[in-house]
Amino acid sequence: MNTIARAAEIGCLSCRVCGLVCENANAEGSGCPRCGSILRRRKPASMTRAWALLTAGLIFYVPANLLPVMHTQALGDSNGGEDSTIMSGVIEFWQNGSGDIAALIFVASILIPSTKFVILSTLLLMAQFTGGRRSVGVIRLYRMLEVIGYWSMLDVLVVGLVTAVVQFRGVSEAEPRIGILFFGLVVVLTMLATLSFDPRLLWDRPTRA
Amino acid sequence: MRTYPELIACVSCDTVSERRDLRRGELALCSACGAVLQRARWNIQQLAALSLSAAFLFIVANATPMIAIDLGGRHSQTTLWGSVLSLADHITAPLAIIVALAIIVLPALQIAIICWLSLFALGGRRAPWFNSLMRAWESMHAWSMVEVGMLAILVSYVKMKSLFDVQVGIGVWAMAGLAVLLTAIAHRDVRSLWFELQSDAE
Repeated sequence: MNTIARAAEIGCLSCRVCGLVCENANAEGSGCPRCGSILRRRKPASMTRAWALLTAGLIFYVPANLLPVMHTQALGDSNGGEDSTIMSGVIEFWQNGSGDIAALIFVASILIPSTKFVILSTLLLMAQFTGGRRSVGVIRLYRMLEVIGYWSMLDVLVVGLVTAVVQFRGVSEAEPRIGILFFGLVVVLTMLATLSFDPRLLWDRPTRA
Repeated sequence: MRTYPELIACVSCDTVSERRDLRRGELALCSACGAVLQRARWNIQQLAALSLSAAFLFIVANATPMIAIDLGGRHSQTTLWGSVLSLADHITAPLAIIVALAIIVLPALQIAIICWLSLFALGGRRAPWFNSLMRAWESMHAWSMVEVGMLAILVSYVKMKSLFDVQVGIGVWAMAGLAVLLTAIAHRDVRSLWFELQSDAE
């Protein structure tokens, strides 16, 4: 392994679906000879799509954290029940002595989404303004995003399960609230942003969108 | 168009390497960035066995209650589908679609596809609609979240146990097994079917 060439440098591209390496002379936009999917040198409009989805996610991130995600009512509540937010859910676990679950939810619901915004925008800026060989660390950051991204769906599924089962009419009831909708959309939008970003752009010369 | 089936280009950094014949359990990593290029964890018999087991566990996980609570003699329980319906009943309805896809519909399709493909692969041939199904599998795998669902059940259990008498159902064990199986059938193992089963055109 002494000469390491990149497909783009030797005039080739690889199919995103089946991985077949093809000569790029006029392959761009035509069907892959093996699997028939459209061949692209890079994911189309990668930077534009990733920025747009990331920005939309960031906007929804505000109501996702400020608005209540769940409403619970127990017998004897005189104030008409209690609204909880993402953060108050973490604190509640902490105060009930479940430090481990509090940490788990903190990581899935607060740490992972905020880290995603920081890492992905850093990678996008790097791809936009600097090109050439990269350290392995940079690409590891991207692969980490792909792996951890969907764990943020945890809180959404918890709200679904708890509100489905806590249904004792007049005694104890739980209902989902709009905050969890925004939170779920943040997870989906940031996952779409990560998938639209093409990590190979980090190695290419900038100016290509 | 000239093609190079003996080469493999890294999806993370575009570096080209030679495709290798791996022995069972071996990995091929990209020499430039360390990404997994090829993986040969299972042979076709094992892939088929894992797929069929996943299909069985999926049915159990969805047909039986996940979690049940008791309060003062009253009983309440829910399945995975119940948690989707609960989100669908309120202002969070759009989210119900996402959750249904992530924990029920996409895992079901993935399992059905991999069963179909691997059963034909046992006979050494490409299943009908091989190309489209392989493409579908490729685009679905990022959105299938059975593992997250498993963790959500654990968290819900802890969340409710201070207020109610909580029991977990049979579904939970099926779900846990399913999470393990679906993680074991990683998409690079499935991708190798493109190479192990040559089409008539090649």
